[in-house]
Amino acid sequence: MNSNTPLSASKPHLVVVGNGMVGHHFVEQMIAQSGHESFQITVFGEEPHLAYDRVHLSEYFTGKGAADLAMTDGTLYDDNGVRYFTNSLVTEIDRKAKVLLLQDGQSLSYDKLVLATGSYPFVPPIPGHKRDNTFVYRTLEDLDAIRDCAKKVTRGTVVGGGLLGLEAANALKNLGLETSVVEFAPRLMPVQLDEKGGSVLKGMIEGLGVKVYTDTATQEIVDGEASFHRMNFADGTHLETDLILFSAGIRPQDALAKQSGLEMGERGGITINNHCQTSDADIYSIGECALWNNMIYGLVAPGYTMAKAAAGHLLGDTSVAFTGADMSTKLKLLGCDVGSVGDAHAKTQGCKVFVYQDEISQSYRKMVVSEDGKKLLGAVLVGDNSYYDTLLQYYLNAIDLPEQAQSLILPAMDGAPAALGVDALPATASICSCHNVSKQDISDAVCNGALSVGDVKGVTKAGTGCGGCAALLKKVVDNELLALGVEVSTDICEHFAYTRQDLFNIIKIEQIKSFDDLLKKHGKGHGCEICKPAVGSILASVWNEYVLKKEHIVLQDTNDRFLGNMQKDGTYSIVPRIPGGEITPAKLIVLGEVAKEYNLYTKITGGQRIDLFGATLPQLPEIWGKLVAAGFETGQAYGKSLRTVKSCVGSTWCRYGVDDSMTMAVDLENRYKGLRSPHKIKFAVSGCTRECAEAQSKDIGVIATEGGWNLYVCGNGGMKPRHGDLFATDLDRETLITYIDRVLMFYTKTADRLQRTSVWMDGLEGGLEYLKDVVINDKIGMCDELDKAMDYVVDTFQCEWKTTLEDPEALKTFRQFVNYDGVDENVVFVEERDQIRPATESEKQELIAKVG
Amino acid sequence: MTTQWKLVCKKSDLIEGAGVAAMVNNQQVAIFYLPEATSDTKVFAISNWDPFGKANVLSRGLVAHLQGQWTVASPLYKQHFVLSTGECLEEDVKIPHWDMKLEGDNVFILES
Ligand SMILES: Cc1cc2nc3c(=O)[nH]c(=O)nc-3n(C[C@H](O)[C@H](O)[C@H](O)COP(=O)(O)OP(=O)(O)OC[C@H]3O[C@@H](n4cnc5c(N)ncnc54)[C@H](O)[C@@H]3O)c2cc1C
Ligand code: HEM
Ligand code: SF4
Ligand code: SF4
Repeated sequence: MNSNTPLSASKPHLVVVGNGMVGHHFVEQMIAQSGHESFQITVFGEEPHLAYDRVHLSEYFTGKGAADLAMTDGTLYDDNGVRYFTNSLVTEIDRKAKVLLLQDGQSLSYDKLVLATGSYPFVPPIPGHKRDNTFVYRTLEDLDAIRDCAKKVTRGTVVGGGLLGLEAANALKNLGLETSVVEFAPRLMPVQLDEKGGSVLKGMIEGLGVKVYTDTATQEIVDGEASFHRMNFADGTHLETDLILFSAGIRPQDALAKQSGLEMGERGGITINNHCQTSDADIYSIGECALWNNMIYGLVAPGYTMAKAAAGHLLGDTSVAFTGADMSTKLKLLGCDVGSVGDAHAKTQGCKVFVYQDEISQSYRKMVVSEDGKKLLGAVLVGDNSYYDTLLQYYLNAIDLPEQAQSLILPAMDGAPAALGVDALPATASICSCHNVSKQDISDAVCNGALSVGDVKGVTKAGTGCGGCAALLKKVVDNELLALGVEVSTDICEHFAYTRQDLFNIIKIEQIKSFDDLLKKHGKGHGCEICKPAVGSILASVWNEYVLKKEHIVLQDTNDRFLGNMQKDGTYSIVPRIPGGEITPAKLIVLGEVAKEYNLYTKITGGQRIDLFGATLPQLPEIWGKLVAAGFETGQAYGKSLRTVKSCVGSTWCRYGVDDSMTMAVDLENRYKGLRSPHKIKFAVSGCTRECAEAQSKDIGVIATEGGWNLYVCGNGGMKPRHGDLFATDLDRETLITYIDRVLMFYTKTADRLQRTSVWMDGLEGGLEYLKDVVINDKIGMCDELDKAMDYVVDTFQCEWKTTLEDPEALKTFRQFVNYDGVDENVVFVEERDQIRPATESEKQELIAKVG
Repeated sequence: MTTQWKLVCKKSDLIEGAGVAAMVNNQQVAIFYLPEATSDTKVFAISNWDPFGKANVLSRGLVAHLQGQWTVASPLYKQHFVLSTGECLEEDVKIPHWDMKLEGDNVFILES
């Protein structure tokens, strides 16, 4: 992937070596500040890909592809005249001549140089460390190799029990390996955790079936007996394993600095000043290869700050500088919350410590405070990170601790930790550390018209890095909106001072069965086109009554009222259900015959259904009469309900299929076909990971694997595509259906009106993890209710068209005119490609002129 | 010009809380029956023609009571039309409307 922008001779030449996350951010910063107009920029990267999101690298194993992780596809570079070269290792710098030498022998002169070469994994020089089936965990290629090997073996071991090591262990476990972790130090995560915290974490991780060996030194790796390797430990014991993954820390990639004689730290790293300049003023260094104040920063946020400082300095703005960064972290490792803030080890002189430990629910929390007890210096959290945001803000902003400081780590009696009101945060408080966005920045954005979290994200980039600040960001935005006097009204309309979710609960708890009843008890006025269909839909979700029942009929939007999709000319389209897209030739012929008889425009939809267009109101019952007689059911394409389950043919026919996706698709469609929901729902089922049914872009996506079924949730194609989140892997059929039941019911219960699952998920506090807690771990004790609600809907399914055809009162409403048998003369068709289509306005004029 | 009441249909042809279409003097009329309305007459009529969507569909819209006024929301692009005056709430447009009356089982429209 090479660029084709020619080298410009007139501008000074700026070369960036390394196209990782930080190198890329630097280019973005330069472009944002119009630096590409004063410099000709060239980028060299050693990897075959342009910059990708290494922080989320592990998601490569859980469904994301290289394209999903990519930070740019090169368009940004091309559009701004930045030349870039991948697969290009820079091997030498001639600082005198100001020339770079590349591995392929080419050379190139520079005026300014930025080294963003990152770091490489440290592999302890244990005898045997270069054997086959040993890996590191840093690049996409590393992960490809690990995946290939894991397919063939059963046991995997991670050497190193730090952050990365545990993340890698999680990946091995997800790949289906029996997993162990070997750590030399006496506890896990020695950098971030204290002894007690490390041991609580160890207990939790062992509870998940991962073996942990701490205080264990590997002396050599040799051929195993039962497995590929045997690791011999210093204490005489050993471990047999097939795959070894080294994660024993990282080392700055400073080879170029060493070769060219730049000043370096004793233990490596390219020494920089506050402007990120190295000992050569024309050479900058940023990211994990840079050493500031004798510190290497192994996180992405400090790298981004360095990138900003370097770009600023190059463009003559010395006000932005790099002056160190906070290394507090919060993570979920193998499903366990772990957090570390500031001085976790209580090394500050005279500091005092509070500790809280709960051996029943396995959590541990420690606060380190100053000698006078006024300031928070550090903290350790294991088991529950809901305390993290508040502690971090106390620490970062040196806010005075409250009277009973220990309350910050004690479980609040009503269940929620005592959160620090966002009001108490100073304007300088950093809300998003990945993009260094302060409370003030957010406040400014809101004042300038960003009136929602989404808008604020767009303007400030807050919340678009690791996503850890999402909950806090929402609070700050809401708080700012309130301060501005913008009422954050969540009422659905003037008739009900409730959200959709409130109405759902009211209807359910008070057993309300009609709109009028609800309006009388909880609303005012007479309803409108917002609340009527919303309530109609909730009543249908909860009680699943016939939607054209007399008291419900006036609630339905025209599509639901006439059980068809109104088209632009007032005619309707008809979409019979074809579960899974599977149809017999006989039924297909019926559709063809009906379409021919009524001269309907016929098209195959994106969801593998057949859509018949151009039916007038009185034709609808006639046509449906024939379809129902031939065994068709309504496809509910008009409803906010399950639309389609798209399928691929799967293992029954396809030579790659690993399971019967076709049967699964048909069964899922038949199970959920009656469910009325806040918005339409689309499913897909693929028979293997080739994913021909595109399940990852659906509200519910199911993909067959060797071990069962993988479930993806809340994907979307459409206006704003969203990749589905991998919810659970290798499920058996029964568990799969239970999870889908619960996810759909929980969505139906809690989403806003007309909110697709994708938007619902983006706004769900706690996100995917929370949804998993609700559905898998029954954290809020709702599973039973959700299961019952879904069973009720499934049991009470009726084909609305069948019911309608049997109901003379309902049929009456399908008359075109109450007093006249004629047709709507404004409905005019012309022919195109042998089928009808609505005439355009000018075609109608012409036709009328001819007749007249 | 004389005006006179003309019989359109029976009360049982109407749908409570919603609209139906009728043909009156070669013109499509959307008739709404709103027993909850506080006005003398409970029956309203406006043209069935949606000037924005350019289709005869207003009788099939949802009735919305907004700030004291009875309206119908077009099923195509959701503009509201006031049932008693034909005024559009979103745009500067007015569509035809007719006076209606209910006598026993009969529904009458005032022809002009
Ligand atoms: C699995 C994993 C999880 C992580 N999780 C987190 C996290 O949760 N939070 C967090 O803050 N950080 C995390 N990190 C760390 C984060 O990814 C790094 O801090 C960040 O990627 C550093 O960016 P960089 O640009 O400095 O280095 P890199 O991303 O390493 O980029 C350097 C690039 O330069 C190239 N290069 C090196 N030498 C040359 C040369 N001579 N010529 C040409 N190209 C060269 C390299 O091939 C590489 O592509 C994680 C890292 C990993 C591996
Ligand atoms: C086989 C040898 C070793 C392995 C596999 C190993 C594993 C690891 C890992 C994975 C990390 C964390 C890196 C990260 O945060 O991602 C780490 C860092 C650390 N380990 Fe070990 N370790 C080894 C040797 C040692 C030794 C010899 C000591 C000291 C007695 C030690 C104590 C520590 C300390 C203090 C750190 C933090 C260093 C830093 O700032 O990066 N470990 N080790
Ligand atoms: S997803 Fe797999 S099973 Fe389905 S059609 Fe494609 S290759 Fe075959
Ligand atoms: S993409 Fe647009 S034009 Fe096409 S069917 Fe959907 S709404 Fe209509």
